Amino acid sequence: MTEPFLVLDGLTRRFGATVAVDRLSLSLARGEILALLGPSGSGKTTALRLLAGFETPDAGRVLVEGQEVTDMPPVTRRFGMVFQHYALFPHLDVGQNVAFGLESAGIDRAARGARVADALALVDLRGYERRRIGQLSGGQQQRVALARALAPEPRVLLLDEPLSTLDPALRERTRGEIRELIHRLGTTTVFVTHEQDEAFDLGDRVAVLRTGRLEQVGTPEQLYAEPATPFVGGFVGRSTTVPVDVIGAGPRGARVRLEGVEWDVPLRAGAPAPPAGPAELLIRPEALWLVAAAPDALPAVVETRRFTGATSAYRVRTEHGAALEVQGVPGAFGIGDRVGIMPSRRAGGGLHLFPRDAS
Amino acid sequence: MSAPRGIASRALLVLLVWLIVYPLVLVLLTALKGEGGRWTLEFVRTFAERPTEWQALWDSLWISLASVALAALIGVPLAFLFARYDFPGRRVLGAVVALPAVLPPLVGVLAFLFLFGESGFVAHLVKRVFRLDEAPWRLEGAGAILLVHAYSMYVYFYLFVRAGLASLDASVYEAAASLGAGRWRTLRTVILPLLRPSLAGAALLTFMTALASFSAPYIFGGGFRVMTTQIVATRLNGDDALAMVETISLTVLALGALWVLRRSDARDAAAGAVTTGKGVAPERSRVTSPVARGALAVVSWTLGIVLLLPHLTLLLVSFVPTGTWTTEAVPPAYSFANYATLVRDPVRARPLVNSLWMASLATAAAVGISLAAAIFAVRRRTRAGAAIEGLLALPWAVPGTVFAIALATAFSVHAPLAARFILVGTLWILPLAYLVRNLPITGRAIIAGFRRLDPSLEEAAASLGAGRWRTLGRVTLPLLRPAVMAGATLAFVTAFGDFVTSIMLYTYDTRPVSLEILSSLRNSDVGVAAAYGVVLMLVSAGVFAAGAERGTAG
Repeated sequence: MTEPFLVLDGLTRRFGATVAVDRLSLSLARGEILALLGPSGSGKTTALRLLAGFETPDAGRVLVEGQEVTDMPPVTRRFGMVFQHYALFPHLDVGQNVAFGLESAGIDRAARGARVADALALVDLRGYERRRIGQLSGGQQQRVALARALAPEPRVLLLDEPLSTLDPALRERTRGEIRELIHRLGTTTVFVTHEQDEAFDLGDRVAVLRTGRLEQVGTPEQLYAEPATPFVGGFVGRSTTVPVDVIGAGPRGARVRLEGVEWDVPLRAGAPAPPAGPAELLIRPEALWLVAAAPDALPAVVETRRFTGATSAYRVRTEHGAALEVQGVPGAFGIGDRVGIMPSRRAGGGLHLFPRDAS
Repeated sequence: MSAPRGIASRALLVLLVWLIVYPLVLVLLTALKGEGGRWTLEFVRTFAERPTEWQALWDSLWISLASVALAALIGVPLAFLFARYDFPGRRVLGAVVALPAVLPPLVGVLAFLFLFGESGFVAHLVKRVFRLDEAPWRLEGAGAILLVHAYSMYVYFYLFVRAGLASLDASVYEAAASLGAGRWRTLRTVILPLLRPSLAGAALLTFMTALASFSAPYIFGGGFRVMTTQIVATRLNGDDALAMVETISLTVLALGALWVLRRSDARDAAAGAVTTGKGVAPERSRVTSPVARGALAVVSWTLGIVLLLPHLTLLLVSFVPTGTWTTEAVPPAYSFANYATLVRDPVRARPLVNSLWMASLATAAAVGISLAAAIFAVRRRTRAGAAIEGLLALPWAVPGTVFAIALATAFSVHAPLAARFILVGTLWILPLAYLVRNLPITGRAIIAGFRRLDPSLEEAAASLGAGRWRTLGRVTLPLLRPAVMAGATLAFVTAFGDFVTSIMLYTYDTRPVSLEILSSLRNSDVGVAAAYGVVLMLVSAGVFAAGAERGTAG
């Protein structure tokens, strides 16, 4: 990455005793889309509001192209924002909504009309200028909100849970349209979501937040394949975590013991070998395979199964009571069957070892 | 940036303290200070030793409680009737039922006088039918007051309960029915408990209105004194300090009632939260049996006519030229002469102009102050803002007579260092009094409207580069219009028809319509008095209608 376009440098915001955003640092290249992903209460919305200027940070800076904008009010910041419930002005029509930011920028009436038409064309609402907001469907309102934010050509586009109010079928299609549009315009974008699918689909990179802190930032592939913390591993993708004992180094990584069976857990390139002793093993469903009971397999009983297509997800319980989600051939086992759990043959991914106290 | 904001909200706080709290404090001081400024309980003792004072206080209390009972007795069944049943004429009657609201208190009293008074239409009719020389009743005393109160205040119960019923989900009835509860059991164990917040709200409003009521006791009271009329009488006797003690006793009664009812209100808040979800109001049951339909139609149309009688009476009498109606049952002659007088005679037209400008000015100022208060209290959440919100509501809890006395006390002295100026006797005291009385009305409406406004709308405007004033003008105010219109229309109508504060503070040059009605009545110019009443009624109705339309359009 060359010169970053947007930089968040140690942003901190406290509300009373709670730290909503804790020393958050991120940087975005020009035209990049970054997702802030986290459960509710993770501080992602506060982070977005700090970026927009609606909140003032207690510490830290925001820079755009090297220029500090931390104390600049939203009015002069030139960041476009799409609100969760759109916040369209119900007393103005579609055209007046989109023109609102252009008026602020002092663009004269003649040029405004053309700019409004262009912005509406971007979101596929050509000719909707005179419609009233109340006449639009949810999806159309979402697009008007996007057009309104984009019309004044903002330096940065901010989206707060942009798709959360749409129904699921529309959500997926809209996601693709928004990604395509933002990439075409090359607008640097930060958006907030609590849905992993949305973050992965729309974001070039994803920043995972937890209780105000940045856990990890990376491409969706990196987050899934190399979670930096058990939280990221658990929040991104399906997984279960079980306690294990590290008993030494095996031929392909660390050797761990789990309820009497021993497995090799591959280590990330360059990572130090974990110390012997108790640890947490994060397991993706595809990292394990169900077999009929076998001598070196971990014995378990099938509790539930969920058909997902090419495979089924089985929920099994080991004799020591640990519950695991494991992939298997659909229909191979029934509820109550005694089975064995083996590391998947194409292993190499899906098993991640963390120190016991890292959670 | 935050310093000037803090100054603005504190300046507003100081202004409101000066307008609302300071005069009340001065009342307290006057009651407790004797000659030469020494502290004394002499006046309190005088008050406590006089049985007439206790009698007036007791009369105020029981009249108010009886008014609540009567208003509930009429308003609650009506609300159920119109909310739950469909019958011929329901829509038209539903509007008529709320019509007592467009009669300012004094005008309602006037209409009742023409209708049920000793020489009114009903008395004439009864004398004719039973061949009597005199009407068998006198429209006087507690009965007459309660009649007017019941007529004008059942509307509160009707409106509150209808709103409460509308917010009840149909599933509530269905759930009760599916659990085997019959109609009466459902009503008793489910519906009425859920309506408690509505009933408590209506009861509080009725009680406070009845306690503060002045017009009916003043005109119909005769020897029967409630505290509001007692205060005015004492003051006319020049017994200022005693009037202050009486004022305090009435204030204490009002605040005590407010406290008691608010406490039960808070208890109900939890229950209310459950029921105010997005309700799908149950279907009205269609009354299908022809007999029941006929009976219901007769009953409800009769009711409608009874409710409209005061308005019609007023209209009829307003066309009766002065001196033409003496002993006939129905006036023999009709003309537009009274209205012509109102327009042509400058002396007669003056009160209309006075009321118009004073009410307009007071309303505009109240709207402005309330908007500023809403911004400080809701958006900026300053501590001064919270105090301002509380202060705005205070004049609502304190009867109008009390405020009239308080303002008359505070602004009849020239003491600039004590922030007291002589306003009594000038043009400005009445608009100021109206303003104080309007503040709770506009304040409540506008602050509630502001609370309902999604704050992200203003943030959206800011992120689109609109500064504070442009956001206010283009986004906030247009969206607040329904709330502003609702508050402003109610405030204007209240001030335009005001009698209770005006009678204590008016001067000849600022005499408002209500005072002119009173003097016309004393001069037996019943036609002119009625014509003024009709004008007040029509302006009130017109302003309400315009407010409702402008408030919802866009």
